[in-house]
Amino acid sequence: MNKPAAPTQTQLELPALLPERFAAWFAAKGWRPRRHQLELLKRAEAGGSTLLIAPTGAGKTLAGFLPSLTDLDQRPKRRPGEAFRGVHTLYISPLKALAVDIHRNLSTPIGEIGLDIDIETRTGDTPSHRRQRQKLDPPDILLTTPEQVSLLIASKDATRFFRDLRFVIFDELHSLVTSKRGHLLSLALARLNRLAPGLRAIGLSATVAEPADLCRWLVPQGMEGEIREAGLIEVAGGAKPEISILKSGEHVPWSGHSARYAMPEIYEAIRDHRTTLLFVNTRSQAELLFQELWRINEATLPIALHHGSLDVGQRRKVEAAMAQNGLRAIVATSTLDLGIDWGDVDLVVHVGAPKGASRLAQRIGRSNHRMDEPSKAILIPANRFEVLECQAALDANYLGAQDTPPLREGSLDVLAQHVLGMAVAEPFQADALYAEVTTAAPYAALDRADFDRVVDFVATGGYALRSYERYAKIRRTADGSWRISHPRFAQQYRLNAGTILEAPMLEVRLTRMSGKALRSAGTFRGGRKLGKIEEGFLESLGAGDTFIFAGRTVRFEGIHEATCFVSDAEGSDARVPAYAGGKFPFSTYLADQVRQMLADPGTWQRLPQQVADWLAIQRRVSVLPGRDDLLIETFPRGGKHYLIAYPFEGRLAHQTLGMLLTRRMERSKARPLGFVATDYALGIWGLRDFGRMIETGEMPLSQLFDEDMLGDDLETWLDESFMLKRTFRHCATIAGLIEKRHPGQEKTGRQMTVSSDLIYDVLREHEPDHILLQATRQEAAFGLLDVRRLGDMLKRIKGHLVHRGLDRISPLAVPIMLEVGRETIAGEAEDALLAEAADELFADIAAGL
Amino acid sequence: MYGAAAETGGTIPLEEREPQTDIIVHGERLTCDWAGCVYWREEETLIVSDLHLEKGSSIARSGPFLPPYDTAATLARLAQRIAHWQPGRVISLGDSFHDPFACERLHPRDGETLAGLMKGREWIWITGNHDPAPPAELGGTGAVEMLIGNLTFRHQPQRGSTPGEVAGHLHPVGKISRRSKNVRRPCFATDGRRLILPSFGAYTGGLNLRDAAFDGLFAEDRLSAVLLGRGRVFHIAARNLVR
Repeated sequence: MNKPAAPTQTQLELPALLPERFAAWFAAKGWRPRRHQLELLKRAEAGGSTLLIAPTGAGKTLAGFLPSLTDLDQRPKRRPGEAFRGVHTLYISPLKALAVDIHRNLSTPIGEIGLDIDIETRTGDTPSHRRQRQKLDPPDILLTTPEQVSLLIASKDATRFFRDLRFVIFDELHSLVTSKRGHLLSLALARLNRLAPGLRAIGLSATVAEPADLCRWLVPQGMEGEIREAGLIEVAGGAKPEISILKSGEHVPWSGHSARYAMPEIYEAIRDHRTTLLFVNTRSQAELLFQELWRINEATLPIALHHGSLDVGQRRKVEAAMAQNGLRAIVATSTLDLGIDWGDVDLVVHVGAPKGASRLAQRIGRSNHRMDEPSKAILIPANRFEVLECQAALDANYLGAQDTPPLREGSLDVLAQHVLGMAVAEPFQADALYAEVTTAAPYAALDRADFDRVVDFVATGGYALRSYERYAKIRRTADGSWRISHPRFAQQYRLNAGTILEAPMLEVRLTRMSGKALRSAGTFRGGRKLGKIEEGFLESLGAGDTFIFAGRTVRFEGIHEATCFVSDAEGSDARVPAYAGGKFPFSTYLADQVRQMLADPGTWQRLPQQVADWLAIQRRVSVLPGRDDLLIETFPRGGKHYLIAYPFEGRLAHQTLGMLLTRRMERSKARPLGFVATDYALGIWGLRDFGRMIETGEMPLSQLFDEDMLGDDLETWLDESFMLKRTFRHCATIAGLIEKRHPGQEKTGRQMTVSSDLIYDVLREHEPDHILLQATRQEAAFGLLDVRRLGDMLKRIKGHLVHRGLDRISPLAVPIMLEVGRETIAGEAEDALLAEAADELFADIAAGL
Repeated sequence: MYGAAAETGGTIPLEEREPQTDIIVHGERLTCDWAGCVYWREEETLIVSDLHLEKGSSIARSGPFLPPYDTAATLARLAQRIAHWQPGRVISLGDSFHDPFACERLHPRDGETLAGLMKGREWIWITGNHDPAPPAELGGTGAVEMLIGNLTFRHQPQRGSTPGEVAGHLHPVGKISRRSKNVRRPCFATDGRRLILPSFGAYTGGLNLRDAAFDGLFAEDRLSAVLLGRGRVFHIAARNLVR
């Protein structure tokens, strides 16, 4: 974990604060402590919290643990019979695997230095007897996950367990803070600070756009909006990576995400390197890429697949093989984004658009752990717009530009979960808990009124119609403190804690028997575990359908209880499961860069010839928009009229925009029929000549794209949107209004469970200002609907609308036109599918007449 | 055109909307209303099933605090359909109340709404497993089952009973699978001899018509389902329904 320092590194004096044993260990290894490691130690000794931003390979983990290890070195060992001693250091990582990995990596120096320190992990996989033992006899260092921390602080022994806590280390902090998981963790940190005054927090992070946000996150915020920040140590990046975009001799496709055209060239790159890490954006793409590579793997190079749905055992095998340099290539999704040590990777291939400059930098950082040597990466755009995006990301990387998303205000559903947890731990006074919660940076600006509404929600549901007072979960007692009214609520809290809501998954097992044989044998058992797959996808399959999973083509045989049975199959038309939530948002920074590139033909020389030609033709037959312009093209095609807009604001914002525009166009009697959205453009089609309506002033563009669409239209639409319902389900589950579904249990009880959609409909109609609906709207502004980004765009394009009425499709419009009709129908279009099925009945009747 | 708005494409021509559809059950013509109730024109009778009033407060006694507005929502929808059809008689096919004490928890405002609906028309409470005794304080006629014309009304369908049974209890849901997408909706299920109504209550879930609980109730070759859409119904053949 700490690589030899390069000879060029300046000689650092070993300060007195590094205990002799440690200094000797460094010397024996032939290493020198790095400047940032010592600096962090010094700050911690002085009692300060610190954020360390360093590239991979800079000895970040050791730096994070050094203050804790030297402090533990001073602490005498607890002898048998001596009073209870609490945990000394808490290490929190976003991944279970990372905690396990750190355990291994930390044990070596601890052993070599000769320290007598207990390190243990505690994750969802830790057996309950060991968890019990850990509570009675805590280790010196506990390596764990955010969810476990929330459970620990909500237990009755939390005060005792944490009273001796000196250090809390957050690994991969940049990835933790952007989600609701980070919100819950920030509240846990607020509680830890109360239980262990003087606690020092150490954050380890990759480079981010706003380090100050993370510095604030690490330390308790002051009353009355006083901002406090942890110290910051930034280690400059090592050598600049060598990134190139694949200059393919093949035709780069107009649309799609498969990058099939580049397979031979990717394969060649794998052959030319020791170990190649291939990144894709989604699990579906991972399965596809893996299949395509093996199709042409004539030299049968060891190429492996790794993604979050695969069986854990399989993944561990792949990881182990990787660490021993037993693989030539590995196809992976984001599970590998995080800092596990990956052996000797000398090439990163990124297939598909990176979606964000920082994301790309973090992924490329996975290759070549020696920070002083350049990493090497090849970007493979899957289509022409992705070529532009890749170029923008490459430029950003050269400049060191960062586009990590800004931190958001803490969400109220998460707060509700935390409030119940705190009542489970011990009775609380509302004033004190409010004061504590607002020390957490995401909740620093929380209104007292909102806090009180959240407490009310936890107690009785928070409804204006106060029907549930007598069933209250928490009650205020005579001394003014809130306490849980029944131990079963503590049990419920433990079952539903956490903010990670996965779609219900079924285990997939490989069997040799057909579904029929399985049923007649009555033995739905056995078979090798392949991994887990979303229930929703399996429900759309019939027996005999084939799909690609875990790197093989399988035939669906049947579902028994919570297990899906499949058998090996052949066939090229197998389906690829779609996984929910696999798409990354397109960063505003990259979007801006792409628009700039389009506007400036001088930059095109760096693009592949075929792409530069494409843009040149576009300029000739239509126009390329200026950097701040919004280009809108209209043209007829195949008996319909099309309106294509190119905002480059990401698919989510475009989808919301499409919904709002079609409503307006409908009111203008433009008779729109439907729309399709990509990361780059939005296409609407309909029956009337949109272009003419714009030119004659019947449907003025400035009105069509006016900001006021975010008013009433948005409200009306939001209320009916299935995306808002989905957001509500997340919020309601986190807040505890809906119990988490546990696999296998729900099928039989469907009559009894009340679906979140029904709850949403009733609540929206009868109490639209309810705190959970408030939380849902807050979430929608950033999440699935990206309303905030849409608002920013509408402001930007005011007075910058460029319309081109064309008599035929333009080159720029080709990619999105290929998506028209390919888009699957969702949500409110369900009725269209029902109508189709109903039509068949009428056809039957007609045929029978 | 451009009816129920599609989020990512797709169209529904408004002209084709069909708010209700007629079916024949044992010689009687019944209208399946898109809201999930049946209107029997000849008898001026509106039939609803499984209102499950006060389900929210019933769950709150031991579980999560669902919005306590389900009764109001259910009654509002019922009021709308009553205003539309103007029936002289209403039959509530059992499980009208979620538990035997539901009536006592009824919010006064909801109680008034219900009384208003019952006023001036014959009201029949068929008893169900959730409400084995009819609510005495509300008025109306309680009955375990009732025979009108060619039809027998009871809560729980009985296998092997004489034709003409109209029942509820099972909360049938029809599911179709198309273009890699499933659509699941409450439905009426009939084979011309028996009719099972969907549940009408705001918080009621459903059971797939392909579930074993429906085995032996319908002649498969004559079974069809009327699925509820937004402001219309869809009559769908049994072979298009999946598990």
